[in-house]
Amino acid sequence: MTEATPSSFSGSNLPPLELHVPEPRFRPGDAVDYSHLVIPAAGVQPRPDEGCAASETHPLCLDLVRVLGEDHKAIGPWDPKLDPETLRRMLRLMALTRAFDDRMYRGQRQGKTSFYMKCTGEEATSIAPAMALASDDMVFPSYRQQGILIARGYPMVDMINQIYSNKADKLKGRQLPIMYSAREASFFSISGNLATQYPQAVGWAMASAIKGDTRIAAAWLGEGSTAEGDFHSAMTFAAVYNAPVVLNVVNNQWAISSFSGFAGAERTTFAARAIGYGIAGLRVDGNDPLAVYAATRWAANRARANGGPTLIEHFTYRAEGHSTSDDPGQYRSVQERSEWPLGDPIARLAAHLEALGEWTPEAHAAMDLDLAEQVKAAAKAAEANGVLGHGLHHPFRTLFEDVFEELPWHLKEQSEQAIRERRIKWPEWKEDDA
Amino acid sequence: MSEEPSVKRLNMIEAINDALDVMMGRDPDIVVMGEDVGYFGGVFRATAGLQKKYGRTRVFDTPISECGIIGVAVGMGAYGLRPVPEIQFADYIYPGLDQLVSEAARLRYRSAGEFTAPITVRSPFGGGIFGGQTHSQSPEALFTHVSGIKTVIPSTPHDAKGLLIAAIEDNDPVIFFEPKRIYNGPFNGYYDKPVEPWARHPDGAVPEGYYRIPLGKARVVREGEALTVLAYGTMVHVAQAVLAEKGVDAEIIDLRTLVPLDIETIKASVEKTGKCLIVHEATRTSGFGAELSALVQERCFYHLEAPIERVTGFDTPYPHSLEWAYFPGPVRIGEAVDRLLKA
Repeated sequence: MTEATPSSFSGSNLPPLELHVPEPRFRPGDAVDYSHLVIPAAGVQPRPDEGCAASETHPLCLDLVRVLGEDHKAIGPWDPKLDPETLRRMLRLMALTRAFDDRMYRGQRQGKTSFYMKCTGEEATSIAPAMALASDDMVFPSYRQQGILIARGYPMVDMINQIYSNKADKLKGRQLPIMYSAREASFFSISGNLATQYPQAVGWAMASAIKGDTRIAAAWLGEGSTAEGDFHSAMTFAAVYNAPVVLNVVNNQWAISSFSGFAGAERTTFAARAIGYGIAGLRVDGNDPLAVYAATRWAANRARANGGPTLIEHFTYRAEGHSTSDDPGQYRSVQERSEWPLGDPIARLAAHLEALGEWTPEAHAAMDLDLAEQVKAAAKAAEANGVLGHGLHHPFRTLFEDVFEELPWHLKEQSEQAIRERRIKWPEWKEDDA
Repeated sequence: MSEEPSVKRLNMIEAINDALDVMMGRDPDIVVMGEDVGYFGGVFRATAGLQKKYGRTRVFDTPISECGIIGVAVGMGAYGLRPVPEIQFADYIYPGLDQLVSEAARLRYRSAGEFTAPITVRSPFGGGIFGGQTHSQSPEALFTHVSGIKTVIPSTPHDAKGLLIAAIEDNDPVIFFEPKRIYNGPFNGYYDKPVEPWARHPDGAVPEGYYRIPLGKARVVREGEALTVLAYGTMVHVAQAVLAEKGVDAEIIDLRTLVPLDIETIKASVEKTGKCLIVHEATRTSGFGAELSALVQERCFYHLEAPIERVTGFDTPYPHSLEWAYFPGPVRIGEAVDRLLKA
């Protein structure tokens, strides 16, 4: 070292360094004021051509694509111009998802299962994309996209069998409730670990491109999970290989008790992550089902035409707790939900249909009753196969299957041991239950 | 003679919280961080009240990035702080493995002691709460296999506090796995019976203030002649209950620290009893029981009167509905005990 740098700045008159630790604006008991949120008017955001340069979308990463205006009319270039029949179907699917959540939440509280997660307020972010994608596009969801299965017509009774971990559970009681897997619905197995599905979706999309397929992939994660390395690996691979994939970030403001500032929201938007990776990005009003539909359609068309990946941030609000293990009243103001400036996706779509003269409050009430009955019937049918902890589970030997394609000797031994243990504990137990 | 320190009745979460509180009060270089640990106080409440008491620059929430949490802890340690990061569930630790295995564990060695990683990674582990495969794992053997990391697992509130204090004071990286099934009471494997709360258990009595239990020192839970049981965490209580029910005069050793291991206590006990039962909840193949079995065989072979027995979780992912078929409970332990006694 010939040229010495200054040995130290200590003793200079600089103020001491300070660590910034984000803090949400509102805590329990606080009055909520969302005037700091910039909510642009609906219809004013430009819609670039689906084949545009990625950089043309980058102003939209700092904007908010909105279609439904204050007057509940659809407006602007992002209006997907869906016919009333399709709009009513979208409404019904969102309402069905909510009815399903309400019943399953109660089921958990009644001890029928160990755990549940609702998506209340976020229904648009799975129903609208599921409708905008082709039914055989492969989806890699996180744990709050039950709406995709519902939109794809997957039987509710199979979903509930999984939630109750009963003898008819297609996943053989192995997975935590709501960690579905449904290959026939092109719905990838859900992991409880965060963001792992993101690079997997990119890999599936790369494979589809390698094989000259027409199908694309889509993935979902929460804004909190964008902090995981897997998110950034996925973005890099998607950019490098121009993968045909739609990458959704559901920004519902809260990751359990941590507000979005702990994932970087104090500095920029989540959609803006696309800018750094040089891929297309859109930031969308996640409680506006038409905007979500239009953005997904744009990104899907782009991907299918070899235009590459799009990152979509859905700006929404987690109206309830993270899960049945969470009590959001401990860390956030209850007013946040009631004051949320982007409203509720079901109420907004219903108001839109009413404004079109295609829906009435009476029709809505009748629909809700009908959906509650549908869910109730599915729950009853599933309960006939058992609920968690009441004996009607898969045979013990299934515990050892699917670890590998074939059972190695040590798992055979352990399987025999598990059955022997059962005989010791319940001497009257019958062989054919094995 | 100094006065007896006053004692509080605490469950394991409260004891861990108390250890953090005591140490943060003594040492301004200690920082606590992790997902949801700040304002909320952690999903298991282990850090409740600490942010309010010590401020947001010493107790803070982090982004959801285990790699980031452990990586910045290494950097803070390099500065001279003593970070105590929390990984919310042991099942989530894997994205942080590179920082733990390639960095924290090797820093002292590769810099010839210039830099160290005096970090204590706390993480709830183990099953029995219907958490499925992503909230139930026992990955301790992954860490005992890595040179340069200490692995500590308490089994009582009293030990949790004293061991956590020793871990925080230790100048090497420590993985501190908290058996979450026994946070509220010493679950003994009889899942169809209620769990006694720590308030009624002698080891729920936790001295106030500072005390440490040295790393690398096992605890003889019960002295006995018939056989030696090596266990840690939840399985200490399960083994104890089974052997009591069977009326076996077993010597039960709670290892407390897997690395460094208290080999002297193990050796003395097995030489006395001639029989050894190893119990852990983790999967069997290459589990820590394999290491224990090899050590006992190497050092006590001529005293052994029966093959060493291992009782473990099965070599499958942790299931949801068949959790109790998976868990190495009373029946599995009982069978192994019978085999040892018959030998």
